[in-house]
Amino acid sequence: MTWTLFALQALNGVQFGLILFLIAAGLTLVFGVMDFINLAHGVQYMVGAYLTAAFAAWTGSFGTALLLALPSALAFGLLLEALVFRHLYDRDHLDQVLATFGIIIFLNEAVRVVWGAAPLGVPVPDILSGSIPIGGLNYPVYRLAIIAAGLGVAGLLYGIVGHTRIGMLVRAGATNAPMVSALGVNIRLLFTVVFGFGAMLAGFAGAMVAPILSVEPGMGDNVLILAFVVIVIGGIGSVRGAFLGAILVGLVDTLGRFFAPTLLRFVLDPSAASQTGRAIAPMLIYILMAATLFVKPSGLFPAKR
Amino acid sequence: MTEPLLRLEGLSKSYGALRVTDDVSLDLRPGELHAVIGPNGAGKTTLVHQISGLARSDRGRVLFAGRDVTRLSMAERVRLGLARSFQIISVLPAFTALENVAVAVQARSGSSFRFLRPARRDDALNAPALALLERFGLAHRAGVPAALLSYGEKRQLELAVALATAPSLLILDEPLAGTSHDESRGVVEILRALKGEITILLIEHDMEAVFALADRVSVLVYGKVVATGDPATIRADPQVRAAYLGEEAA
Amino acid sequence: MAAATPAIRSPTASPRDWLVPLVLFALLAAVPLLAKLGPEGFILSLMTRVVVVALAAMSLDLLIGYGGLVSFGHAAFLGIGAYAVGILSSHGIEEAGPQLAAAIGGSVLFALASGVIALRTQGVYFIMITLAFGQMLFFLATALSGYGGDDGMTLPGRSLLFDRPWLKGDAALYWVSLAVLGAAYLGLRRVTASRFGRVLRGLKENEIRMEAVGFEAFRYRLVAYALAGAVAGVAGFLLANLSGFVSPAVMSWQRSGDLIFVVVLGGLGSLHGAILGAAAFLLAEEVLSHYLEHWRLVFGPLLVLAVLFARGGLVGIGRGRGA
Repeated sequence: MTWTLFALQALNGVQFGLILFLIAAGLTLVFGVMDFINLAHGVQYMVGAYLTAAFAAWTGSFGTALLLALPSALAFGLLLEALVFRHLYDRDHLDQVLATFGIIIFLNEAVRVVWGAAPLGVPVPDILSGSIPIGGLNYPVYRLAIIAAGLGVAGLLYGIVGHTRIGMLVRAGATNAPMVSALGVNIRLLFTVVFGFGAMLAGFAGAMVAPILSVEPGMGDNVLILAFVVIVIGGIGSVRGAFLGAILVGLVDTLGRFFAPTLLRFVLDPSAASQTGRAIAPMLIYILMAATLFVKPSGLFPAKR
Repeated sequence: MTEPLLRLEGLSKSYGALRVTDDVSLDLRPGELHAVIGPNGAGKTTLVHQISGLARSDRGRVLFAGRDVTRLSMAERVRLGLARSFQIISVLPAFTALENVAVAVQARSGSSFRFLRPARRDDALNAPALALLERFGLAHRAGVPAALLSYGEKRQLELAVALATAPSLLILDEPLAGTSHDESRGVVEILRALKGEITILLIEHDMEAVFALADRVSVLVYGKVVATGDPATIRADPQVRAAYLGEEAA
Repeated sequence: MAAATPAIRSPTASPRDWLVPLVLFALLAAVPLLAKLGPEGFILSLMTRVVVVALAAMSLDLLIGYGGLVSFGHAAFLGIGAYAVGILSSHGIEEAGPQLAAAIGGSVLFALASGVIALRTQGVYFIMITLAFGQMLFFLATALSGYGGDDGMTLPGRSLLFDRPWLKGDAALYWVSLAVLGAAYLGLRRVTASRFGRVLRGLKENEIRMEAVGFEAFRYRLVAYALAGAVAGVAGFLLANLSGFVSPAVMSWQRSGDLIFVVVLGGLGSLHGAILGAAAFLLAEEVLSHYLEHWRLVFGPLLVLAVLFARGGLVGIGRGRGA
């Protein structure tokens, strides 16, 4: 029974990790290729969720909403890039942090103005609404669908980054950006493509979680910080690092929250164990990150040389 | 025979598959000016990084004044008296020329965990710093931010900074690179004056300067020392001529 | 040759270096008097906030402006200071002395522990790891169910000085805060000009150059990190006394972002810029939120515009024309 519980929690962890990966992939590429630290990447996720909620309410179909939300998220990302971000590529990290922080403040409020402060819900699409029994417990099909979608995107990214010309340029850019522009590649165009793609992935993550989380202002902020933890653990600029880091963070966070209080019961009395466990669990991933950086100050798979 | 001041034992360093220095062994006698020459890409700067501690060696040992310093950081080696200059100019651009030198004086005189007395008005730091600037003919530029100095002046400032750490061994990585004819003559004069006072390891492309100054010369080709000897011997060595000087002789 | 005689003694000293801070402190000292002309309690409380935020931002300026260390977790120290007050007073220790000792001690300990790891990293990794350490403390605070958890806790009253409620009056708290700010300003000014400060500034300029003359970057940065943390911890102590309430929100990452903004807005590497930045930031927030329900719609873009167009901060505005 506990093993089943463990397996289900592990599935939840993987599912959470894959969502983090969708966000972290764009973040790490944008950072690796453009040396641009984009705090506003989290709002792309929020915008993706809101667009999906809005389109779902309008069309009544999650599938249609998803199909509409993806290009909209892409367009929105490109708009932000053209309006603000492209003026920041040459600035230092401090300026980038501040300006994108300003965008977060603005968009969190804008969302509140347009859709209100109350959380929105999106119904789970009918075909994916059931649950299937795993070892005597029921597991929602929709979460399995998220896992499948996440793995699919990860495979797609792996193919693109590893085996196409643009992927080669992206990898080269993450290792040595000046060299890529010296090759005569239109680096601005490459930036825009990478940026738009990253924004769409984050939007996709937002769309996928819309039916299982509440869609509300500020929902991107905490996810953003987790995505940072992911790419720092994985090594900035590395998609492979982002994938492993994301799964690791997803598992540690989910399993930690679930099992820390239980495990502590071996050494503490129940109430103390539950309290300490709940205090320690949210800190686990940060401890993981600190430990990783203590051993490898540039993360597990540093792309830069 | 006296104990060498610096001894390199089988130093090697690779970047990926590229072996930049390969089993370099070298002895520096106290007081000599030892030049290392070699074609571009011979691994000279990497060797300087390994000796000074900026780069870790994959293999081999660095012994300084009889002590194994291979695992020490650059800062620790400097405090033992092993100073270096950089091939690419390295100064503190917003600091004045005087402050650039004074901060180096500060590094060797007492703790820098002093929080209250203004460092700028500390004559114990300024006086030796100004004396060094005078030696390099930079005293009249003492109050100028280093960023505003000319290229040659920055080179001289770098030498002054290195000397301010009171080194017993000074490693100079191409101190003449990019200087004008007059400036480079000035630097050569300074090196001639320093000779005998402290031990110098000179990396340099300017053959005229090398053969005029050096007591001994080592030739580095593809990360390996192919010959060491006094300037006349090196000039005559057929292997060296073929590998390196040959470019000029041809 | 005569004209080139080196200005050995503080070549960049100008009256301006003293004039602007002097005027700023004079204005702050006039606040309690001026406050009597308007809604006194409101003005005093707002201006105390300005002073306290300026204190925290000034300590951050030591890191960013002088040390080149962009810390994105500075609000954590505000939190440590505030929780030192909250936790101790919930156990009946309302005396300022032990509370301050806990605020400073806790901040220094946290700075040393997190700094040992964070300062091994560079650039953007440093930004993110300080952010992560800040979040770690934030979540720890939300989990402290004995001390209010998510919701925070209300303090029984302001801290006592020698068993007496000296800080009870709004004006008294303001004066104490202002005195602390003044002391911190003078202290940090000396520190940045000292041997230590020179090493810190040198490391910002060119780390390898400094190591090549014999300075170990890590030690000096760690001490600076601890010093800045201690000052921000004191700011946290004052903040808790001001609001009479302590919650994890004081150390949310947005607060850390605000602090960076305040320092940059005021002008990096000047110390008194933090005061200008805090005043401009809090007053703008106050005015905007008074007239607009969704003032953040204006505030966010203002931030972006400030970054894109107003380089050098408020301190630099007069300087550019004057020179």
